Amino acid sequence: MTKPSIGSVKGWIYGSGVAVLCVWVLLPIGLIGLGAFGGRPAVYQWPKTLWPASLSLDQLAVFLKIDGVWNAALNSVLAASLTMVMALLLGAPAGYALARFSFKGATLFRLMILLTRAFPLAILALPLTVLFIRVGLYDTAFGVSLVHTALALPFAAMITASLFAGIPRELEEAAWVFGCTRWQAFVKVVLPLALPGMAAAAIFAFVISWNEVFAASVLTVQQRTLTAYLLTVLSESPLHYRFAGGFILIVPSVVFIFAVRRYLFALWGVTSR
Amino acid sequence: MAAITIEGVSKRFGAAMALEHLDLTVTDGEFVALLGPSGCGKTTLLRIIAGLETRSSGRVLIGDQDVSDLPPAKRGLAMVFQNYAVFPHLTVFENVAFGLRMQKRDEATIQRQVKRAADLLQIGPYLDRYPAKLSGGQRQRVAVARALAVEPAVLLMDEPLSNLDALLRLEMRAELKSVLKEAGTTTLYVTHDQTEAMGLADRIAVMYKGVIEQIDTPTRIYSKPSSTFVGGFVGSPPMNFLSMTASAGRLACAGFSMPLAHEGPVLLGFRGEDVALVKADQGLGFEVRVIEPMGSHLLLTGMVKGERVRVVAAPQAEIERGMTLGLQLDAARVVVMDTQTGKAL
Repeated sequence: MTKPSIGSVKGWIYGSGVAVLCVWVLLPIGLIGLGAFGGRPAVYQWPKTLWPASLSLDQLAVFLKIDGVWNAALNSVLAASLTMVMALLLGAPAGYALARFSFKGATLFRLMILLTRAFPLAILALPLTVLFIRVGLYDTAFGVSLVHTALALPFAAMITASLFAGIPRELEEAAWVFGCTRWQAFVKVVLPLALPGMAAAAIFAFVISWNEVFAASVLTVQQRTLTAYLLTVLSESPLHYRFAGGFILIVPSVVFIFAVRRYLFALWGVTSR
Repeated sequence: MAAITIEGVSKRFGAAMALEHLDLTVTDGEFVALLGPSGCGKTTLLRIIAGLETRSSGRVLIGDQDVSDLPPAKRGLAMVFQNYAVFPHLTVFENVAFGLRMQKRDEATIQRQVKRAADLLQIGPYLDRYPAKLSGGQRQRVAVARALAVEPAVLLMDEPLSNLDALLRLEMRAELKSVLKEAGTTTLYVTHDQTEAMGLADRIAVMYKGVIEQIDTPTRIYSKPSSTFVGGFVGSPPMNFLSMTASAGRLACAGFSMPLAHEGPVLLGFRGEDVALVKADQGLGFEVRVIEPMGSHLLLTGMVKGERVRVVAAPQAEIERGMTLGLQLDAARVVVMDTQTGKAL
């Protein structure tokens, strides 16, 4: 895609499109930041300013002192890490198969992978809860991570499939010819080349789990993840504390996604430079 | 060092026959080129020998060992790929050393063999670089060095020069020939470029539609093709074929006669440079339609009894469009083909 030149009609449409999207994403983040750092006055002030009148870390500090926040954060990290590992361990082989082998129903398989995301979690919630209670997974970070793995798996498979497809088959064949078994060739040649992209897929799985709130809320009572915990705790607290909580939730996702944006663009077919 | 023997190898892709019961022997230390148009099965054959493709039937032997069911790693061969397939995450040194490291050779041997291969291919100065910093020609050298470093029994090359530009290709061709002669490795070389095959190979196997049409020295492939396909595919301009009729044990036309133990219609094949241009009444009447000055010679295209013929004339010959000349054929330098099968009689 070529960038339209500035000044032309196309340029204007392009520019305003970019502007709308930026506002769409940045405005809520800005407002949350304003509330988190500006405290009560910034939340209720109207018209809003770009920068809070008085900057303070009080609400963030108070928020971090709330009972159970650290435990919830730990649960979140635990669930997200488990999700990351499981999604990759299951997703990467699927991705490799999709990239390297032509088998009957490959296209259908590809479609089905994505269709798993079309199945509403709300319908699954009740049977899952019953099942989890029965097998003893209820109210554990591991139980939550199982559901999150199901959510992240399609993306892990699709991202790794495009990664592996981008590594020429000849490189693997050369490795075989020069003495590698299939597994050795994968470890010595494919993996090093795919590693940055695999890291991106892992981080993406982490973020999916970190952000997920519905399943986490339904499947835990005591051992809540941060999102689920905040949903219950903050619904009764003053607005600026909610903003502080929201801010802390957003930051890791934004940082991670920013770090791996190149690979996500590649996944979505946007040319990256 | 080892010979390659292929016995009755066939390959089917669904209903399509890619290779049909193919036999081929490459003797120890020999350089054989597999030459053919794209889709003739030459790369498939090479990949079957390497173990990268499964065969439908037949056997592949390297030396005395049947390697048909061994994985590529166990076949004791090396390969140079069309797009080089140099590992981008390894330095040139590690690329060349890759096969040796897989064989678990000691460090001193690795250093020595890599250095020797690198010297042979003149990539010594780049050993610490990554392939991304190299040109196409240099990468190809790395790929060849990687293959020679393991001192393979058999070297397979899949159109190794086709991604290089014309001048570099000419240079690499001459270099490859001297390097491989020195190494004395049994080599099977796939190409669709006849000049490459002619220039490099001890023997050429011309493939067409999954079978080997002819396997012989470059000279004999050129002058004594075994079928109309080989005559038409090898050489520029391609071989000319005239429809004639043999009778009473002879094949004869104006100014030409040769004994032939065949009756009825045949095709007479001759190379454009194997005819003498004489006066119109002394040979086959040749009406000049197009004259192309090629520098070293003139390429004449014209008609002989309604059939298109291309002949080569001296660059200073005084020939004009529309002239009728005589073609005098040399019985020792013609081939006679069966009209029906296209095979030499």
